[in-house]
Amino acid sequence: MATLVLYCFLYAGGIAFLAGCVVRAVRYAKEPIHLRWEIYPVPHGRSGELKIMVPEILFLKGLWEFNRPMWLVSYPFHLGLYLIIITLAGVVIVPGGGDEFLHRAALITGNAGLVLVLAGATGLLVRRLTNRELRIYSSGADIFNLLFFLLTAVLLLAGYWLRPAGTPGPLAVLRGVLAWDGALRPSGLLTAGLVSGAALAAYIPMTHMAHFIAKYFTYHSVRWDERSAEGSIARRMAEYLTYRPTWAAKHVSADGQRTWAEIATTNPARGGSK
Amino acid sequence: MKPSLELHDMWRQDREPLIHLQNDQLMPLPAPLDNPGTDYPWKTLSAQTRERCECGLDDTCALSLPQPKTPEDEAQLVGKFLSGLEKLFTRENNWTFLQPLVLTMEHCARCQTCSEACHIYEASGRNELYRPTFRSEIVRRLYFKHIRNGGLLTAWRHGDVKLNWPLVARLAELAYRCNLCRRCAQTCPIGADNGLVAHELRKIFSQEMGIAPKELHDNGSMLQLKVGSSTGMNAEAVKDNIAFIDEDISEKTGIEVRTPWDVEGADVLLIHNAGEIMAWPENPGAFALVLDAAGISWTMSSELAAYDSINYGLWYDDAQFARVALKHAEAARKLKVKRIVLGECGHAHKALAVIADRILDGDLNIPRQSSLTLLRDIIVGGRLELDPSRNDFPVTLHDPCNVVRLMGVVEPQREVVRAICPRFREMEPHGVDNYCCGGGSGFAIMSGQNFPDWRFHVSGRKKLQQILDAFADCLDPATPKYLCAPCSNCKGQFRDMLAYYGLWEKHRILYGGLVELIVNAMHDVKPGFIEWEWR
Repeated sequence: MATLVLYCFLYAGGIAFLAGCVVRAVRYAKEPIHLRWEIYPVPHGRSGELKIMVPEILFLKGLWEFNRPMWLVSYPFHLGLYLIIITLAGVVIVPGGGDEFLHRAALITGNAGLVLVLAGATGLLVRRLTNRELRIYSSGADIFNLLFFLLTAVLLLAGYWLRPAGTPGPLAVLRGVLAWDGALRPSGLLTAGLVSGAALAAYIPMTHMAHFIAKYFTYHSVRWDERSAEGSIARRMAEYLTYRPTWAAKHVSADGQRTWAEIATTNPARGGSK
Repeated sequence: MKPSLELHDMWRQDREPLIHLQNDQLMPLPAPLDNPGTDYPWKTLSAQTRERCECGLDDTCALSLPQPKTPEDEAQLVGKFLSGLEKLFTRENNWTFLQPLVLTMEHCARCQTCSEACHIYEASGRNELYRPTFRSEIVRRLYFKHIRNGGLLTAWRHGDVKLNWPLVARLAELAYRCNLCRRCAQTCPIGADNGLVAHELRKIFSQEMGIAPKELHDNGSMLQLKVGSSTGMNAEAVKDNIAFIDEDISEKTGIEVRTPWDVEGADVLLIHNAGEIMAWPENPGAFALVLDAAGISWTMSSELAAYDSINYGLWYDDAQFARVALKHAEAARKLKVKRIVLGECGHAHKALAVIADRILDGDLNIPRQSSLTLLRDIIVGGRLELDPSRNDFPVTLHDPCNVVRLMGVVEPQREVVRAICPRFREMEPHGVDNYCCGGGSGFAIMSGQNFPDWRFHVSGRKKLQQILDAFADCLDPATPKYLCAPCSNCKGQFRDMLAYYGLWEKHRILYGGLVELIVNAMHDVKPGFIEWEWR
């Protein structure tokens, strides 16, 4: 029964993560199309975009270029997360565990990912606490978030390496989740690590740590968006120009009745005439 | 005071400035300005100004915002600010920039990567007040507390903030300590945009509270919409001035020049920043000569606002921005021209060619082109006979932020300069990585109180360093040097800043536009178009 409760918790964490990401992404996607606000160089074509996106996603190139001390701690952290995602993806794609090679590969990526997350989160925490320019801008939640990662990584590593003989490791539990195998009996430490991981996954989309979602929009909808008012954009612009703003300054002449189009075509310096 | 400045100082009740800048704390400059002891002292704000205006931020005052007389007045102003903040996050009021603003509010990681990209922060000696995130973090906390209706956990999650009049007054000033060059946004690993935050803050003050620098609003966009130009020139005056310029250029170059007005069906409608006509008449004169010599069918328009490409609304007010952009497009439509060409004015480029793009639809969507690409086409196309040896002096090129980083026009001006200036040298960094001149976002025309001291010592300092580095091998006054700045606003900043530091008098560093270099190299023109005289 306890194992099935754990499974429910893990599913809940995963579903909450996905749902939270979708909600956030949909909220940003539904924002109105803004005026053009790009930053150059703007890549053109899929290959041009990939040339920038791939090094940025895989190696955090921007941080490497512009903030090397931060990269030294942030990159291990992110690389660790990538390895954990790869491990999870491997478990999902080959639920039975596949052959010995795949199992060992998953153990290596999983362990390396957790160690890197642990090291990166520790480094980020130390920097945030000791560097004044980071500390005075940090909130309690910023510290909590890093501690949450730290705790989860420690629990999962300890849960794996210190598990009693005959009890399943994290990979076996994850496979058990997919197979709904209630016979497994993970140790208390590992259970705590998995619960912490699920809670962390559910928590991430509620915070600024969901910047992997934001980054899609800041790049594709802001920095690189050179589209003119044609087709669907023109239709949406026409809709926005019917909005009735309520800005209070006199020169704007927005009384809540006049549309943006009317405001833009009047001249406050000539008594509101066109 | 500098090391202990923290965010909560912004809502301190006293009216004392949060920081004082000393010349020896600022970023060091190269020779010949490498001795802070010989740098000019700042003008101090008068006691009367301090008595009457809100000067609680730093050593200067951009807005001359009157102090409220009573606590009730203060409360009312705070209420207005909050009302404006709320509107900033509604689609009806701010569809224009809502998405990038929300993304920036919700995803800054406070990693401070942007700080090192900011010329103002660096030049100030890394003063905390000018860190790009300092301003943004206050706005972000206000957003979570007052817009996202933060509950008990908000302060813990996002940090605390206290909304009171001192905070609002300081934010009003702090919105005008950013050039909106967006170099910070360029380096942000997430894509957050602290320049946008300053821009949006300015909008709250202007669009909700009616607060904006006089130079941008009353004497800027309002004057342009009233008489046609922020210079105060009406259509008759501008035609007279252009006629005078034509006459002068014809005499000076030996080539007859006559600017065409209101020619229906012309290929090109050329719109200058009218400041050129008043301050640097050789620039519009040179354009007229080059376009004629290249055989281009062109015209200027005498319609209201259509002979002045400025659009100061770009920096502080969406309504004013849209009104001026529409005037420009309507003039082009009326004349049935094939395209609008923007003269050498950076913010006019971005305003009409980029930012206004999505609101100019139907028959108002007339192609807009940078004069830099047109000049490149003329030069590369071999339409002028040129003698580069006439430009045999050191030349460096300033990249206006609005043209390069924010519009992507990087190579055309270089193709021209490389073709006609044998002693061209780049500043470092340049292109999309350039630094602002320090006059961006309206600063070049803002001269209230002692604000120029701030823009010479702080916002323009990084560019000054670049200029001196670019000419380090030829500072001897025997060698005249040319700082090519194809932007009126930037030229205004250079005119004031180079004069302030005596760099023309002592080292013969002259500034000017791109088209002047072309005319100076034209074979058919009398030699010596560039006169090596200070303007």
